[in-house]
Amino acid sequence: MFPDKAVAEGLGQAAQLAEVQGRSLWKDARIRFFRNKAAVVALYMLVAICIFAFFGGWAAQHERDAIDFALSGPNAYKGVPSFATGHYFGTDADGRDLFARTVQGTRISLLVGIVGALIAVIVGTLYGAISGYFGGRTDGAMMRTVDILMSVPYMFVLILLLVIFGKSILMLFVGIGLISWLDMARIARGQTLTIKNKEFVEAAVAIGVRPMTIILRHIVPNLAGIVVVYSTLLIPGMIITESFISFLGLGVQEPNTSLGALISRGASQMQYGVIWQLAFPLFFFIVTLFAFFFVGDGLRDALDPKDR
Amino acid sequence: MSIKATLLASGAAVFIAMSGAALAATHPVTGETLAEDQTFTYRILDEFPSYDPQLAEDVSGGELIRDLFEGLMNQDAEGNLVPGVATGYTVSDDKLTYTFTLRDNAKWSNGDPVVAGDFVYAWRRAADPATASEYAWFIELMALENASAVVAGEMPTDALGVRAEDDHTLVVTLSEPLPYFAQMTTHFTTFPTHQATVEAFGDQWTRPENIVSNGAYVLTEHIPAERSVRERNPMYWDNENTIIEKVVALVINDENQALTRYLAGELDRTEVPAGQYPRLHEEYPTEALSFPLLCSYYFNVNLTDSGPEALRDVRVRQALSLAIDRDVIVENVLAGGQVPAYTLTHWATAGFEVPQVAAATMTQEERNAAAQALLAEAGFGTGGAPLSLEILYNTSEAHQKIAVAIGQMWKTTLGVETTLANQEWQTFLDARGNQNYELARAGWCGDYNEASTFLDIVSTNSGYNDSKFSNADFDALMAQAKTSDDPLPLYTQAEQIIATELPVLPIYHYASVYMLNDAIKNWPVNNVQQNWYARDLYKVAE
Amino acid sequence: MFSYIIRRLAVAVPTILILIVMSFMLMFAAPGGPFNSERPLSPTVMANIEARYGLDQPYWKQMFDYTVNVVTRFDFGPSFQYRDRTVNDVIAQGFPVTLKYGFWSFVVAVVFGLGLGVVAAIRHNTWLDYLAVGISIGAQVLPNFVMAPILVLVFTLWLGWLPGGGWNGGQWQYVILPVIALSTSYMASIARIMRSSMLEVMNAGFIRTARAKGLPMHRVIWKHAMKPALLPVLSYLGPAFVSMVTGSVVIDVYFSTGGIGQFFVNSAFSRDYSVIMGITILVGVLTILFNLVVDLLYAWIDPKIRY
Repeated sequence: MFPDKAVAEGLGQAAQLAEVQGRSLWKDARIRFFRNKAAVVALYMLVAICIFAFFGGWAAQHERDAIDFALSGPNAYKGVPSFATGHYFGTDADGRDLFARTVQGTRISLLVGIVGALIAVIVGTLYGAISGYFGGRTDGAMMRTVDILMSVPYMFVLILLLVIFGKSILMLFVGIGLISWLDMARIARGQTLTIKNKEFVEAAVAIGVRPMTIILRHIVPNLAGIVVVYSTLLIPGMIITESFISFLGLGVQEPNTSLGALISRGASQMQYGVIWQLAFPLFFFIVTLFAFFFVGDGLRDALDPKDR
Repeated sequence: MSIKATLLASGAAVFIAMSGAALAATHPVTGETLAEDQTFTYRILDEFPSYDPQLAEDVSGGELIRDLFEGLMNQDAEGNLVPGVATGYTVSDDKLTYTFTLRDNAKWSNGDPVVAGDFVYAWRRAADPATASEYAWFIELMALENASAVVAGEMPTDALGVRAEDDHTLVVTLSEPLPYFAQMTTHFTTFPTHQATVEAFGDQWTRPENIVSNGAYVLTEHIPAERSVRERNPMYWDNENTIIEKVVALVINDENQALTRYLAGELDRTEVPAGQYPRLHEEYPTEALSFPLLCSYYFNVNLTDSGPEALRDVRVRQALSLAIDRDVIVENVLAGGQVPAYTLTHWATAGFEVPQVAAATMTQEERNAAAQALLAEAGFGTGGAPLSLEILYNTSEAHQKIAVAIGQMWKTTLGVETTLANQEWQTFLDARGNQNYELARAGWCGDYNEASTFLDIVSTNSGYNDSKFSNADFDALMAQAKTSDDPLPLYTQAEQIIATELPVLPIYHYASVYMLNDAIKNWPVNNVQQNWYARDLYKVAE
Repeated sequence: MFSYIIRRLAVAVPTILILIVMSFMLMFAAPGGPFNSERPLSPTVMANIEARYGLDQPYWKQMFDYTVNVVTRFDFGPSFQYRDRTVNDVIAQGFPVTLKYGFWSFVVAVVFGLGLGVVAAIRHNTWLDYLAVGISIGAQVLPNFVMAPILVLVFTLWLGWLPGGGWNGGQWQYVILPVIALSTSYMASIARIMRSSMLEVMNAGFIRTARAKGLPMHRVIWKHAMKPALLPVLSYLGPAFVSMVTGSVVIDVYFSTGGIGQFFVNSAFSRDYSVIMGITILVGVLTILFNLVVDLLYAWIDPKIRY
């Protein structure tokens, strides 16, 4: 796909062009990705976190909802992380095993982050590219729709989802999906406005390629860099938004938890000598985000056809 | 009052205030050295919806109003009635007519005298449908003659059972005897308002630049959701005994944040977050305080057809109630001096003695054993049909902790599975009010210091009876208690019915848990309604 | 261009009307109401209140009357929750607060974000790049509800340098912590978008040509690379600016600033319909306005863009 863009860049890069065309583009990108050390390390971290989130439960010594009343409330400070008690990460303010809860919370939050980012990437990119490419009235209508959706009191949308469909994890993803793509659509559309004036697009139009094909084959690939980077930026927001959605009652309910909920409770307790309640969930949150960021940057570099 | 007289009066007041300041080195009674800066700064959770006495509806608005305005009677540090604008009252033999005598030196902050007509105006205003006060119900609760008809708009406001015999005599007529009527005049809904100001400024009369008030303080600044400032009112009749010059209320939503700011010295008072009291009490023994507060915490049980059938079996409810280890909740979850509740009415309610119900006298092992037996008898739990229940609560860390703990107790003791469902406040109220739940948390604070305010919750026609409990014996007892000279035995019987039928599962009785700067003296720790008046406080030098 | 602006502003009117209708429908459909409370009101009292606020009218009429009042008299109605104030009062008090800390956060985020992004891009894969990326990620991964209490612990309780909250008319001491807590994650996002887009531009043919001509690096960046690289950042900045100046509920709650972010969330929780609508319209107008500004800036950056 990428050579289309290169075509316009003149004979000066002909040699390079030949080299690119020699291999499959995705294979090429893969090779470049694996040459990027930071990205590879981040990828391994991501795998490790997934293993932790999906299989860490086997290592837990306690159920995530079992309360040790001797370690709750005023005695929370006694729930220090310890291998002896089996509470590797200590206990939370209610006296429940933080390790088991972090495992389960990481699992939920990973899913939320990934699903949210995917919806943003797929819906947002396509929506933005279509709007920007067609321009005129189509663009006007599609972007005003985004303006409205950005301004509508989102909380009521969530409450209605709760009232009509009841609480479930599926509704959580619907709730996340409903807003995650809006900013992405604006960014994709802004980029499309300049890309569509490039010579290679004009060339494609001239030879009669259908608009949707142009969007999918020529516009979207050129959006890939910014889209990948922006989607990694969305992930922390998604994970935090989840805790708000759950606050309303739509998403994750006790005794289940999420990284957002764990961090927010940990943060409220941090001056009370139970810093581990914040530290462990926050650690997994940060490591997850670092991993996503570097994988994202690695992907961006790998997908940029001209970056060597 | 002529302009000259006003000037004279305010001149005198200034003189008193100044001489007071010059001598303010020591407290007139105790002789303690007073702090130079007599400012009291405290945290409130949220912006109050209103501090118009007839429109106000929340605790923090009430605190402000008790300083800005003064009603007929006040409460002292123990919650006993003491004279306010009224020097006293007499009750007719049929207990239907109360005659209040008003002091002749009470003034509004603009110098006008406070007269009986101001009370008549205020009470009619509260009941007037045009005012659209949410607290119109309080006027109905006071059993003023024709109150309900006036609120419904069926009678004009002057039909309300209150009139001014002369400027200093207020006569109140009730539709039925009400033993605690005089207590109710300490409530902010009954405080006077200045008719000319209300009429001149409409909805905006309470703004600092417009307000005219008759309490010990005047409002000088109000920035919604940030702060309100009230300062000494030199026109107040008892101004010379006021020591605190300035009271600042800061809105701080987050209680942990408020505690940090308290520790940084920005506040003189804040609430202690759940579970932190023992640690703070150890570290700051003179500042961390806990004392009873007239509220009860309980779970509603949905007794209607929309609830699970199991909950309509009284044995199941008894088992669930017995299996709650309230000592653990009180000591290991809340840990702020709360008291386990086996009955509904708060233990510190005036004239009330907590009945010795069976559950209260057992050990937790006995309770657990009894609970298991009862549940087995009902055919559930271990060996019986599996039982799974949902606890609904409004999202809040404290409610969550309790629901989580109780779920755990039911699971280990009874084998009952519980799921938790939290909801945002209005959604929660809607679900609970429409019996769209299985078990739901609830709390109730006494409107007045008397047992019926709690017990009425589960009477058939109560608006707050979300369990939809209906028991003819119970209703009869409550009706009888209303006119009885000695209602205590009736209340005891009513509590026994609740303890057996368990339309609600009582969990604990509240306590106020504060951090209070130890330089602030005379805090009314024994006032169970926590009706405090800034003019009673003072700040000693460190 | 001028006629384009006129067209866009003309379209804004029906856009806002649709926003009003949609928001009303959402609010009415949600459970609860402005006067529902823990203690249910008796039907007569509730009827009095509803009559006073016109809530007893059919939904379409409430919506219609509201719109007429807004359009003809700029009257957004009384607040249902705060009885002595109108929606205009609430916004007039809360919006300047968030506007102030939001604007400064925006300035901080843009200046530092762009700086970090550019540095990281032109020193790609050197320690400077890693440092800049490290800073921006570090700033992003601490959620502001974690950062806010940490800031207060450090600067108020331990160091005693700054007040732990309040607004006090917006004196500078009260503005610093909110600005830090609000700006960091935006700064990080701007830095990372800028870096990525700068990298893309720096590899484009025309930049290579410019460098091949022997132009000094800083001239290449300022004259040629900066403008096209800003484009995706701009798309991000439009909505970001609106959400910063209309406040963050986290900032308002943790720093007790009395800003509009908190009013919005509180009014949503207490179903204060008129305040919700007022702030929604404010957000809607700002969103439309700044997205228009962004679109105009696109055309300035890339003159080939035609609408």
